[in-house]
Amino acid sequence: MPSTYTPGHNPLRSSADKRLPRIAGPCSVVIFGVTGDLSKRKLMPAIYDLANRGLLPPSFALVGFARRDWEDQDFAKEVHDAVREHARTKFDEDVWAQLSKGIRFVAGEFTDDAAFAKLASTLHELDEQRGTGGNHAFYLSIPPRFFSVVTEQLKRSGLSHSVEGAWRRVVVEKPFGHDLESARELNEILGQVFPSGSIFRIDHYLGKETVQNLLALRFSNTMFEPLWNCNYVDHVQITMAEDIGIGSRAGYYDGIGAARDVIQNHLLQLMALTAMDEPTSFDARSVRLEKEKVLAAVELPADLDAHTARGQYLPGWQGGIPVKGFLQEDNIPADSITETYAAIKLEVANRRWAGVPFYLRTGKRLARRVSEIAVVFKRAPHLPFQATDTQELTSNALVIRVQPDEGVTIKFGSKVPGTQMEVRDVTMDFAYGDSFTENSPEAYERLILDVLLGEAPLFPRHEEVEMSWEILDPILDHWASRGQPPGYDSGGWGPIQADDMLARDGRSWRRP
Amino acid sequence: MTLRLESTNASDIASAISAERHRKGATATGMVMTLVIVADEEYQADATQAAASSAGDHPCRILTVIPRPGRGEPQLDAGISVGDSEGPGELVRLRLRNSLAEHPASVVLPLLLSDTPVVAWWPAGHPADLATDPIGRLASRRIVDTTSTDAFVSALIERKAHLATGDTDLSWTRLTPWRAALAATLDQPYEPITEAVVYSEAIPAAPLMRTWLEWRLGVPVTYLDSEGPAINQIILRTTGGAITITRPTGHMATVERNGIAVKELFLPRRSVKDLISEELSRLDPDDTYEETMSRLDITRLEPDNDGAADQDDTAGEQTENTTEGP
Repeated sequence: MPSTYTPGHNPLRSSADKRLPRIAGPCSVVIFGVTGDLSKRKLMPAIYDLANRGLLPPSFALVGFARRDWEDQDFAKEVHDAVREHARTKFDEDVWAQLSKGIRFVAGEFTDDAAFAKLASTLHELDEQRGTGGNHAFYLSIPPRFFSVVTEQLKRSGLSHSVEGAWRRVVVEKPFGHDLESARELNEILGQVFPSGSIFRIDHYLGKETVQNLLALRFSNTMFEPLWNCNYVDHVQITMAEDIGIGSRAGYYDGIGAARDVIQNHLLQLMALTAMDEPTSFDARSVRLEKEKVLAAVELPADLDAHTARGQYLPGWQGGIPVKGFLQEDNIPADSITETYAAIKLEVANRRWAGVPFYLRTGKRLARRVSEIAVVFKRAPHLPFQATDTQELTSNALVIRVQPDEGVTIKFGSKVPGTQMEVRDVTMDFAYGDSFTENSPEAYERLILDVLLGEAPLFPRHEEVEMSWEILDPILDHWASRGQPPGYDSGGWGPIQADDMLARDGRSWRRP
Repeated sequence: MTLRLESTNASDIASAISAERHRKGATATGMVMTLVIVADEEYQADATQAAASSAGDHPCRILTVIPRPGRGEPQLDAGISVGDSEGPGELVRLRLRNSLAEHPASVVLPLLLSDTPVVAWWPAGHPADLATDPIGRLASRRIVDTTSTDAFVSALIERKAHLATGDTDLSWTRLTPWRAALAATLDQPYEPITEAVVYSEAIPAAPLMRTWLEWRLGVPVTYLDSEGPAINQIILRTTGGAITITRPTGHMATVERNGIAVKELFLPRRSVKDLISEELSRLDPDDTYEETMSRLDITRLEPDNDGAADQDDTAGEQTENTTEGP
């Protein structure tokens, strides 16, 4: 009979039926570190938004685990407040009422066996009462030093073990270690308890629509890919600038710095997606394979002093507001050598990219918050105009804006109207949000849904994480031997050393 | 602010839109489609409003064609607003007076955005054959709403007779949340399904749902008349019991499996704006709708029972259980 249940086949679903959204199956999400900032600002609102968009199953449950003396309803109130304040979609009492029925709280320390026994019985109850079907995702929104004890506890209490037909997944956030060695340790800790296919490393950047659109732009069009190589590309600049300082994150940030915080994960991932060859398909494995090939081909400059730059923001003004310098921030030692700005030059040693530098930069307290990938093209080999005609013409560029205002800009030369021949730069803009009917969901919504659906293309694997550390470790070691980084003005575009670094190559940073 | 042009022509309207856009400082438009609404004076305001607010999600040029047949000289009057309180896109109301009412394509064609898709929408009342209609011919997607017609049975028969790729019906769009909810229930293990029952008011969505379920599940599906609102209950009977989704008020629904494990589900009836947003989010042909329409049995468009009197049989009890259940 065609209507009999077979796992993986649903007669009411069909790839031709594109109206039906992907809805996660019955499951629960267990958040460790539920009192943290990320949980309040991103995770809980994203879960509500998913529910409001009808993408969570009716049997969904949300379990908080933390060292608070809370009952279920206290936690529910906490979630309610977070949702009210931060959710993207409109608050609907009915959606909330439905979601709140599946909210549970387990109080306890990570070392407390009884708390985990309670957690196990809570999940068991949810399976029975709510029909979560034995499917549980453990979201470790906690510092990595607790991973070991928590995963051990999950194993001991039998929570990491899934029965036939059900799944257990673990979700961790960046940073994935602070160097190659610690990344390996971390992976071992997780790997002892969860199989590698059940470990989801969240880098919320990779959940952004534009990052996925980068793949669509490159591989679904004909007009870009022929130019996407060392014959036409002069260099690539990948920028992630923040206008804020470290805020209250001193404890996390000191000793980590801009390169570990941003370059190791976001920027190297963006670089890999920009530079990789076409994957044979868009499944997780094929895309990863191509990314890994690029990361394996990355070469560092021989002279790290000349081709990297770092800095610490100085007291000053940012966007009209007086701001503290990094060394004056609370809980930052006056002799901290942690960098808040990092710029590095990398090359990709393969036929496609030989001789094309990739400049990666990130910093805090810069002029504005912006992330972009700028592919800067070579100048035309011959300009049949007088030199004065094209004085205002710079290089053509294709800029993929990741945030804010996601989209694509193309910069090229155009004649200025009039009797004189003058060619000047103009831009052509595509704003992602203008052209499509769905509002871009928050990255966390997409990623959480992917975890629940078990779809992994947007999550880096430990191989990629380790390769990124292999690239970054020599630079970090070199910097560690060079003492305190130079200062740079708050509210600008970084230290003068970064400008010098590009000037040495006869280039300059784009103002994003 | 609406700019009014009287006794005008398409070329002047195009210049006025362009000038208005420049005045607002918006140089790049990013618009991805032209939406042509064909409606009488009575319906145009609501439809245009719905389209304009759904343009908040995706700016498009909206051309509302309002035929005003009559005797007298042909005349074209236009009301233009660009990116203001009505919505971020470009909105042009075109009143085609007198004999011009019979030549809408001559006005619309020069005003279509270049090289981007055209969607036509008849919010109330539509030509029998959409694909050969002067406006329909310009569009790759043609939206009607059989729910808005008085005699939906004949409307569905007509739709089926003239169905062309790219045609779509908001009655079908309204079913998406229901179909998603049903599909979600079958993501979990279930016993073999033997039959299904759809309880609904007499609306075109009901026979569409019946046809879709029969096609996908390969089991007989009964459609029984109910008080609604709209579809208010669907039962999938299995060899071991039933999977039931009940939506008593058109907002929240309850899911029941074999009489136990009641869950609630957000299953709202949606506004025309939301329906149009869903339609515009995918411009490729809807194969599932086409297949459903081609399978639609025009002899079974009405409820299997005659009148609401017979409704409360076994399924009626199910409803009761659900509302009073655990």
